[in-house]
Amino acid sequence: MNRESGRTPLLRAVDLRKDFPVAGSGGLLRRPRTFTAVDGVSFDLHAGETLALVGESGSGKSTTARLASRLVDVTSGTVLLDGTDVTRATGQQLARVRRTVQVVFQDPFSSLNPRHTVERIVTAPLRYQGRAVPGGARAFTRGLMERVGLNPDHSERYPSQFSGGQAQRIGIARALAVRPRVLVCDEAVSALDVSVQAQIIDLLRSLQAEEGFACLFIAHDLAVVRQIATSVAVMTQGRIVEAGARDDVFDRPQDDYTTSLLRAVPRIPAEWDAERRERAAQRAAGTVGTR
Amino acid sequence: MIADETLLRVRDLTVSFPVGRRDVPVVQGLDLELGKGRTLGIVGESGSGKSMTSLAVMGLLPPRAAVTGSIVFDGTELVGAGERRLRSIRGDRIAMVFQDPLSCLNPYYTVGTQIAEAYRSHRTGVSRRQARKVAVEAMERVHIRHAARRVDEYPHQFSGGMRQRVMIAMALCTDPELIIADEPTTALDVTVQAQILDLLEEVRQESGAALVLITHDLAVVSRVAEEIVVMRSGVVVERGTAREVFSDPRHEYTRALLDAVPRIDDRIEDLRAVPRAGRTTSGSVVR
Repeated sequence: MNRESGRTPLLRAVDLRKDFPVAGSGGLLRRPRTFTAVDGVSFDLHAGETLALVGESGSGKSTTARLASRLVDVTSGTVLLDGTDVTRATGQQLARVRRTVQVVFQDPFSSLNPRHTVERIVTAPLRYQGRAVPGGARAFTRGLMERVGLNPDHSERYPSQFSGGQAQRIGIARALAVRPRVLVCDEAVSALDVSVQAQIIDLLRSLQAEEGFACLFIAHDLAVVRQIATSVAVMTQGRIVEAGARDDVFDRPQDDYTTSLLRAVPRIPAEWDAERRERAAQRAAGTVGTR
Repeated sequence: MIADETLLRVRDLTVSFPVGRRDVPVVQGLDLELGKGRTLGIVGESGSGKSMTSLAVMGLLPPRAAVTGSIVFDGTELVGAGERRLRSIRGDRIAMVFQDPLSCLNPYYTVGTQIAEAYRSHRTGVSRRQARKVAVEAMERVHIRHAARRVDEYPHQFSGGMRQRVMIAMALCTDPELIIADEPTTALDVTVQAQILDLLEEVRQESGAALVLITHDLAVVSRVAEEIVVMRSGVVVERGTAREVFSDPRHEYTRALLDAVPRIDDRIEDLRAVPRAGRTTSGSVVR
């Protein structure tokens, strides 16, 4: 987004394409058929901005995130990090990508090693990169745990000793350990109960305000996206069909697919919400109504 | 509600599971009442006991679960009832639709065979040919196109939404008076979800069956249910018509929950977090 602004985007994806071989196709002399999961996707992501990639299952949003964060190699296209082409980066250059881009996954329990303590988990990115843990592992872990709203006295506990929401906070702490400039959240709040989801959204927003990182937010839940995104790209069948500032996409969708997607979202009737808020305001003012 | 119109009456239902030497309750003192042809939504977060409640009504709890209280379906007490009596009701007069159709369908049999078997297991003396005809008709009722051909296809040949239609067809084939749908659209994409919710409403009106919808999704329940109960940690904390619960929630938890739901049409700059339950009776207890 904001391509006209002239600033160098922190992360730029140009015409990304990803083909996967189709299982069972191809043989000794025949090339396997391929399925194009991502087909010509481009976007810019700036510091402090949250770009949401939204779409239904199979739209290519998660694959796009994996291409952009160099977890999966592109078939064609270019990934630029801070103006540098990192599409085929290896060795030192790839290590730099890993320092700059971190990912938070959907299921905290399957993305945290169950045999490792929180301290070992959140310091792992630094150790893998051969860097010293500033201030020592214990103090560093306690500091991170405090920042994501966990009790720092629990740094010796294992993932199974935490609830789903707390485990997701550990996943976020691990991602933040290397002070990334880009945070990729792949359905990071989708598996959480609504009350916990609200807490994690709050946390991500306040951390972003403090740290100024850019966020690539992958989600199928459009209501969540409305709460967190600054801009939105709508994907279907491997392509972006509509992209723009959040309120433009939500309030004035131009594309038919976007329109049908927005229309399909179930809504709590607005008049019920209005009545509830009015009653809450009355309660706060001391004039309580009863039913 | 007039008493003789009551289809399902649950009184003081408690479900508990042994954990070590203790019995841990997952549902406590639950009362429900559902009239014929009515829709009831049971909402709650994980560990609230909403699914355990539906399994208790269906008599599908594991044997180690202890159930006390009363569940009366159309005059018949289900708590403590024998397997034979339960079988005459479960899957026949009460049908259930689950979240994940793929784990409810056998991959080795065609969908037609599975719908027909479900039908034949509740109707004695029905030939395979007749049951197959019922299966095709049921698939037509849930708008699966080319039903006469697709009846011979296997579950993997159907998309997620189409599989859920198959499950609804299976539920409908015995003309149940009550359909219990436990998170029927949670695994589906939003456009497919809208279609399945429309379908449930259509078949409910057509058949006159009552519907219990169990969901974590407040927006979905606001769209479907006439009456709502809100559960937390095995206890009903709030009940009322959908409008009452959504526009005038009385319990702190319901208020907090409604505050936490993200709305697609407006930005609440601070989604307020819900305080956690003091005691967690999470699903892990019974897994």
